[in-house]
Amino acid sequence: MTRYLLIESRDPFENGDVESDFALARDLAGSEANVTVFLAQNGVLPARRRARASELDQLLTGRVRVMADEFSLRERAIASRDLRTSVAAAPLDVVLDALVAGDRVLWM
Amino acid sequence: MRALQIIRSAYRCTIEEQDDPALWIARAMKGAGASLAVLLRGNAVGYAVEGQDATGLSIGTRAQTRPPSLDQDINALIGGGTDVYVVAEDADERGIDVLGFAPGVKTIPRHELPRLFAEFDQVWHW
Amino acid sequence: MSEKKKLTICLMDAPFEQARTVTALRLVDLALRRGHDVTVFAYEGAVALSFAKQKKHANAVHGCGVEEEDHPLPREWIAGLFEVAAQGDAKLDWINCGLCVDERGVEEAVQGCRRGSPADFWGAATGSTNTLVVATR
Repeated sequence: MTRYLLIESRDPFENGDVESDFALARDLAGSEANVTVFLAQNGVLPARRRARASELDQLLTGRVRVMADEFSLRERAIASRDLRTSVAAAPLDVVLDALVAGDRVLWM
Repeated sequence: MRALQIIRSAYRCTIEEQDDPALWIARAMKGAGASLAVLLRGNAVGYAVEGQDATGLSIGTRAQTRPPSLDQDINALIGGGTDVYVVAEDADERGIDVLGFAPGVKTIPRHELPRLFAEFDQVWHW
Repeated sequence: MSEKKKLTICLMDAPFEQARTVTALRLVDLALRRGHDVTVFAYEGAVALSFAKQKKHANAVHGCGVEEEDHPLPREWIAGLFEVAAQGDAKLDWINCGLCVDERGVEEAVQGCRRGSPADFWGAATGSTNTLVVATR
C-alpha cells in the first residue's frame, strides 16, 4: 500500500489552499493509500478543540491520520488536552521516519 | 526515476526572476536528463493560459528588457517532451476556459490525481 | 541504529522570512543525528542561509546587547549541522544554486557549503532514498 505524508504548515484561516490540500489528502486516502497529514507551524492552529475549522473536521472524519508537531503546538501554547479529538501530538521524527521509509512526503 | 513536479504558487517572484523558479528548475533538470512531468494546480493553472504579457515594466531608469513569458515556458516544456497537466477544477474555479490553454496542455480532474501520482516514483510539491 | 539512508532536501525560503526554514533545519538536524546522509540543495532565497557575512545585533527593545541577545544566525545553524555530521557518522552536503547565489550577491558561504546547479539536485535526488522539496509560498 502506498503511504503518503503531507506536511501542512499553513492554516486555513489565512490560506484557502489548505482546504484543497485536505481534499487531496482525502482523495489519496480514497484511492487505498495510507495517508497522514502532519500539521506544523501555523498549520497546527485549527487543531485547537474550539477552533472553527470545518476543513479539518472533514479531514478527521475520513481515513486520514492527522498529527500535529509537538514543538509547533508548544510554541503556540496549545496543550494536548486542548487538541481536537483524533489529532495526535507528535514529534518531527514522524516526518523523518516517513522519508527514511521511502514514503511519499509532500510539503504542501 | 520519474518525478512529478507539482506547482501551485504563482506569480510570486516571476517579474524579478523573469520566470517561475519551479518551472525553471523543471526545465533545467530536464535538460540535465531528468524524467519528469509537471502538474499545475491552484493559481499556477494560470500559467497555461496563452497570451500573458508582462512587457513594458520600468522602475526608475531601469527597464526590463526580457520579461517573463510563462505561457511560452509551458510551451517549451511541452515541446521538449514534458507532459504538463492542469487540474481541471482549479481552472474552472478561476473562470479559465481550457480553450485558452497552450496546445498540448492536459487537463486532469482532481479525482484522478491519485492515479497520476501513482505513475511516478516521486512526487515533489513546489 | 537503523540502516543509513541518503536524503535530499530542497530549500527555497530566504532567511528570517518563513517558519518553514526552521522546521526544515530541524529535520536535517534529526536526520544527521540519526546517522543519515543529507544533501541540502538551497535554491532561490535559501542560498542566503549560508551567507558568511550575516552579523548578530543588539536588541534595544529586548534590553539586550549583542552577547545577551545571542541572535541565532542561519549560517551558525548550518555550521552547527556540519559539526553534528562530523561528530557522528553522517555526511552533510550543502549545495547552493550558483545562479541564485550570483543574483543575490551572496557568494561567501560558511565552510562546507559548495556551489552547484539543478543537475546536482537531480543527481542527489536520484541517489537518495527520498527527496523533500520545501518550497516558498
